[in-house]
Amino acid sequence: MSQIEIQHLYKSYRNRRHHRRGPNDYDPGEEIPVLEDVNLCVENGEMVCILGPSGCGKSTLLRMVAGFDRQTSGEILIDGQPVTGPTSDNIFVFQQSGLLPWMTVWQNVELGLRRLTDQAEKTERIQEAISLVDLEGAETLYPHQLSGGMKRRAELARALVVNPKILIMDEPFTGLDFFTHLRMREEVVNMHEFIRKTTLIVTHDIDDALLMGDRIVVMSGRPSHVKLEKVLDFPHPRNLAKHPELNSLREEIFFMLGVSDAV
Amino acid sequence: MKRESLWMSTIAFGGLLAFWELSIELGQWDEQVLPSPLEVLKSLWELTENGTLLRHSVASLFRVTAGFYLAVLFGIPLGIFIGRVRKARLLLNPLIQFLRPISPLAWIPLAMLWFGIGDAPAVFLIFLSSFFPLVVSTSVAVSSINPIYFQVAANFDFSRWEVISKIIIPAILPDVITALRISVSVAWLVVVAAEMIAVQSGLGYLILDSRNALRMDYVMVGMIMIGLIGLFLDMMMRRLSYTEASAWARHH
Repeated sequence: MSQIEIQHLYKSYRNRRHHRRGPNDYDPGEEIPVLEDVNLCVENGEMVCILGPSGCGKSTLLRMVAGFDRQTSGEILIDGQPVTGPTSDNIFVFQQSGLLPWMTVWQNVELGLRRLTDQAEKTERIQEAISLVDLEGAETLYPHQLSGGMKRRAELARALVVNPKILIMDEPFTGLDFFTHLRMREEVVNMHEFIRKTTLIVTHDIDDALLMGDRIVVMSGRPSHVKLEKVLDFPHPRNLAKHPELNSLREEIFFMLGVSDAV
Repeated sequence: MKRESLWMSTIAFGGLLAFWELSIELGQWDEQVLPSPLEVLKSLWELTENGTLLRHSVASLFRVTAGFYLAVLFGIPLGIFIGRVRKARLLLNPLIQFLRPISPLAWIPLAMLWFGIGDAPAVFLIFLSSFFPLVVSTSVAVSSINPIYFQVAANFDFSRWEVISKIIIPAILPDVITALRISVSVAWLVVVAAEMIAVQSGLGYLILDSRNALRMDYVMVGMIMIGLIGLFLDMMMRRLSYTEASAWARHH
C-alpha cells in the first residue's frame, strides 16, 4: 500500500463572479471543474514534484491532501485512512510565510511541540530542527527580522520538528532571489536524502522538479488530470548537462505545457 | 529630533501665552470676561493648594476609567465574536453602525432617567463613547487577519481557546491598541460634558459651577487641567503601542 493514494479525485467550485469575462468564461453560479479524475500514489519516503500550468489546481490538490479543502468526489487515503481535516501528521509549508509574526523563530518552531511536557526533550528537538535547517543563532529573532530564505528555513524547521508523516510544500522557492533559490533547493534535497520523509512539492519551475524529485508528475490545464508521471532514478547531485535523459524529458515537458525556453 | 520637538512645542505654548497677554493689554478686556494668564496661574495655585483641583480631577479620572474598562471588557470580546462569526457580523453590524453615530451626549436624558443622579449615568455615557468604536475596530482587525494563520493553527491542532489566545489576540493587538488610544481621548472629551449634567464633582462640574459663579479664571483652570490630563492619557496609551507585543506590526 502506498502512503498517499489519490483515487478518481474530482474537484469543482461554484463561479463566484457576477459577470462573464469574455466568451470562454463560465456563467455566474456555474460549477467550474478544477480537477478531473486525478489518480496518484506516493510511496513512503518519496519526494514527488507536481508541475502544471498556473491555475490548473495543483495548489488545490495539495490543500485537499492537507485537509484544508474537501474534494467534490473521489478519495484521498493516507496510510489507508481517508483525510478528514488538517492534522499535525501532515504539515503544510506555505507559499507566503506562514510563520506567526508575533512569535520568535524558537516560539514558532515550538508550536508543534507545545503539548510536550518533557522540557528537556522539547528543547533538544527544537534545537535539532533549527540546526537541521541551519538557523542557529536566529532563535530569538522575529520573522520580520529574517531574510526570505531564513523565513522558509524557519517554517521548514517548524514542520520537521513534529516529525510529520508527510511534508507538503506549495511553491517553496517562489519569491526568493536566484542564489537563495538554488541554495534552498540544494538544502531541501540534502535534507530529504537525510530524513527520507514523504514530500509533496508543487512547483512551476521545471528544473526544480527535474533536479529534486524522485518522481515527477505533470498535470494538464483545467480541468486538470495527471498527464505524465515519471520516476527519476538519478543520483544526487543531479545536473541537467550530465544526464541527457533529463534534458530530453525537460524538452518533452516544455512541449507538453505548450511553452518553450528557446527564444 | 526629540530636542527639536521639545523646542517647537515650547515656542508654540509661549506664543499662545504671549497672544493671550497681548490681547488683554491691547483689547481692554474685562477681567470677568477674559482673565489674564497671571491671574489664572494664581487661581490654579489656589485650587491646587486647597485640594479642589485634585478632588475634581480624581473624580473625572475615576469615571473615565470605570466607563472605559467596561467598554474594553464588553467591546473587545464582542468585536472578536463579530469579526470571527459571519452570521453574528451580518446580524449585529447594521445595528452597531446605526447606534455608533449617535453622540453619547444625545443619551444624556435617557441616562439620567435610567441611572438617576451620580456616577452611574456619567460612567454609562463614557462606556457608550468607547464601546462602539472598540467593537468596530476589533471586529475589523479580526476579520483582516491573514487566513493563513488560521490554517497554521488547524495544521498544528490548535484548540478553540488556543486560536483565540495564540492567533487572534496577538494578531489584533496592534490595531486594538490604536483603537484604545483613540477611544480614551473620546472618553475624556465625553466625561467633561457628562459632568456638566448630572453630578456634583469632576472637572466638567468645576467648569459649570465656576461659570455660574462668574469665575472665568476657575473655568480656565478647569480647561487647562483637562488639556493636561488628556495629554498625559495619550502619552500613556502611546507608550502601550511601543511594547514588544506589537513591535512586529510596525514591519507589516
